[in-house]
Amino acid sequence: MITLGKDEIAKYPFLADAGQYLKDKGFTLQQFGIDPDLKISLDKAFNRVQVSADGKIYKSDLLDGEASKDYILEREVFSFLLAIVLLKLTGMTTLIKRFALAEARRAEKYLEKDLANITDESKKELAIRIIDDLFSIQIKKQDDYFIIPISNYLKHSINFHEREWKLINRRVGNGFVFLTPHETVRLIRKELSNYISSKIINAKTPSMISGFEKPVDQLISLSKKFVTYTVTTGEYPPCIKHAIEVLEKGENLPHSGRFMLATFLLGRNQSIEQIAPLFKNAPDYNERVTLYQLNHLAGTSGSGTQYSCPSCEKLKTQNLCFAIPECDNIINPFQFGKKRSK
Amino acid sequence: MKDKEIKFLEESFKKYYFEHFDLIHVPERTSEREFGFQKFNSGMVRHISLKDDKELHLLLMQNTPSDVYCSNAYYSFPNLPMNEKDWKEADLIFDIDAKDLHLDCRQNHCVTKCNECNQVSSSNDHCSKCNSNKLETKSLPCKNCIDASKKEVFKLTNILIDDLAVEKNNIHVYFSGNEGFHVYVYNSQFQEIGSRERSELVDYIMFRGAIPETFGMKKLKPNRSLFPEFEEKGWRGRFSKEIFSSKSKRSKIISELISTGYSNFQRKLENVSTIIGSQIDPNVTMDIHRIFRLPGSLNSKSGLTKVLCKDLQKFDPYSESSFLNEETIEIKSNCPIEFKLKNKKFGPYYNENTTVPTYAAVYMICKNLATIT
Repeated sequence: MITLGKDEIAKYPFLADAGQYLKDKGFTLQQFGIDPDLKISLDKAFNRVQVSADGKIYKSDLLDGEASKDYILEREVFSFLLAIVLLKLTGMTTLIKRFALAEARRAEKYLEKDLANITDESKKELAIRIIDDLFSIQIKKQDDYFIIPISNYLKHSINFHEREWKLINRRVGNGFVFLTPHETVRLIRKELSNYISSKIINAKTPSMISGFEKPVDQLISLSKKFVTYTVTTGEYPPCIKHAIEVLEKGENLPHSGRFMLATFLLGRNQSIEQIAPLFKNAPDYNERVTLYQLNHLAGTSGSGTQYSCPSCEKLKTQNLCFAIPECDNIINPFQFGKKRSK
Repeated sequence: MKDKEIKFLEESFKKYYFEHFDLIHVPERTSEREFGFQKFNSGMVRHISLKDDKELHLLLMQNTPSDVYCSNAYYSFPNLPMNEKDWKEADLIFDIDAKDLHLDCRQNHCVTKCNECNQVSSSNDHCSKCNSNKLETKSLPCKNCIDASKKEVFKLTNILIDDLAVEKNNIHVYFSGNEGFHVYVYNSQFQEIGSRERSELVDYIMFRGAIPETFGMKKLKPNRSLFPEFEEKGWRGRFSKEIFSSKSKRSKIISELISTGYSNFQRKLENVSTIIGSQIDPNVTMDIHRIFRLPGSLNSKSGLTKVLCKDLQKFDPYSESSFLNEETIEIKSNCPIEFKLKNKKFGPYYNENTTVPTYAAVYMICKNLATIT
């Protein structure tokens, strides 16, 4: 466990042991609901969740990660801990997810600043240690860059869909990827937000505290606007259309293409009997083998594993992607034609 | 393939395995690997675990397989079904196949065999005799195919060493026994990465998915100073050497690139990807549960051995990987393409009876272009 200074707890409150912190300061949760002086922290906590629900980052009272008075630092930490209590009492996962992401982005700013700090070596060391302890990424400073092993980089970068994060678009040398402080912390945003949200999800839900009812009710009604419905057009994405055309022409569709087509159609609830005839024109068609393979993919034979349609990323690598503008922002052919409406 | 041919191939393969135990060994950490094999005209048997060379040799003698495979992955329980094996890590593997390189020479040494009427012809889309479209392509790769594949291997090993910091002695190159090469990377930082991460490595090695910004070209207000230097390391350096061809032309070509614009630059990146990227088979590298042809075993598509290439530049597969015996046999051959094995020329044969050494007979029968008389 990393030992944190006062200002560091305010910057990275998710690293603190919440219960212990309150105990150390001599407070109970109940006091925050009734004590008018402490209620400011509860208001701040409400604001912290509300701002995050709007996709924004909570503006703290810290200046450059520091505060002139100790009580300002304390209030920062309290508002974070109380925000978690509010979230637990509302029980809304969407709010927790949004809060965790906003808090991750907030911490990201401090991490970035600490990493780039050239005057205070200890701040940089702490940021490096946080990244290593929480996410097992060993970063080292080299000239103006931070370098991390390629294998380490890939584990995180595969979660990004923007092309600039592809390894090919990175400076690579001697087994390392070169990153700026900004890119280093951006790389772990998702993990940081997962870390924060799992901490919240795993925290115990307290019973309702007097004085907390109003903000909790307000947050519940706030979260209702995030419910979405999806409508499917039913049209096939271009990769699937292409695969069907190839087969109709009696041309050879590679194994990976057949896998994509079969898993896609199975996922759309088509039966094996409906799918099998599609492969009839293949140069090496064998009914017995086709049925065996389809049953295997559907999980009705063999290990029982049901295979799902590969991601767009994977299909691109396999030369099976024929993206059109309507494919924008989807990461799996399965999402094609699905429109979100409020 | 009919029983007579299968019997002949099985006998020849068995003899090879019996006489060449020295060439075929289990890989390191044997008990963590999954083995598998196929028999002629039969399906795959996999999820086998072996302890040592002795058990492997016994398997070869008892089953006379057409092909033998071994996982590049390491498991706690290699003989259990896939989802119970407990995957630990996998060596990085690459497959470079001449047929994926779309070489011009291919039309000179490829024939198709009709699955319906057995007609052998050069037609690609339908049988010239019965019009069926169920054709199987048979290729007898030439020296050009092998040289072009070697070039791709060299491109790959350079990237592995320079960019990915793989040590040279941890890279082993094997002739696949048919049309290309298999490259193994041991003890690298990539042992434990999964399929999605490997797919990213594939794109890196193949130079795919590059964006103009990486090479200094911006959509708005391009800046000359961002373009790569000739001597730079990694892809920026390799790209600039390809595009500028010499240091002195750099400045002039940057001006041209800026004037032709962003989308042209993007197209240029895509066009050079097959030239500077290494043409590996993406599916092989991404697959972390694959069983891959075992070094030292025979390839049933040719009867040639998967052998380690100690000096790739000089390596000649048609003399260094043919280990079957010289005993002659009469066959009926319909192999209209000339080929060379053990420095001896054979063919072309046009539906004729001929007497050839076993290694040449096996080669043609494996290609389904000859039968036993």
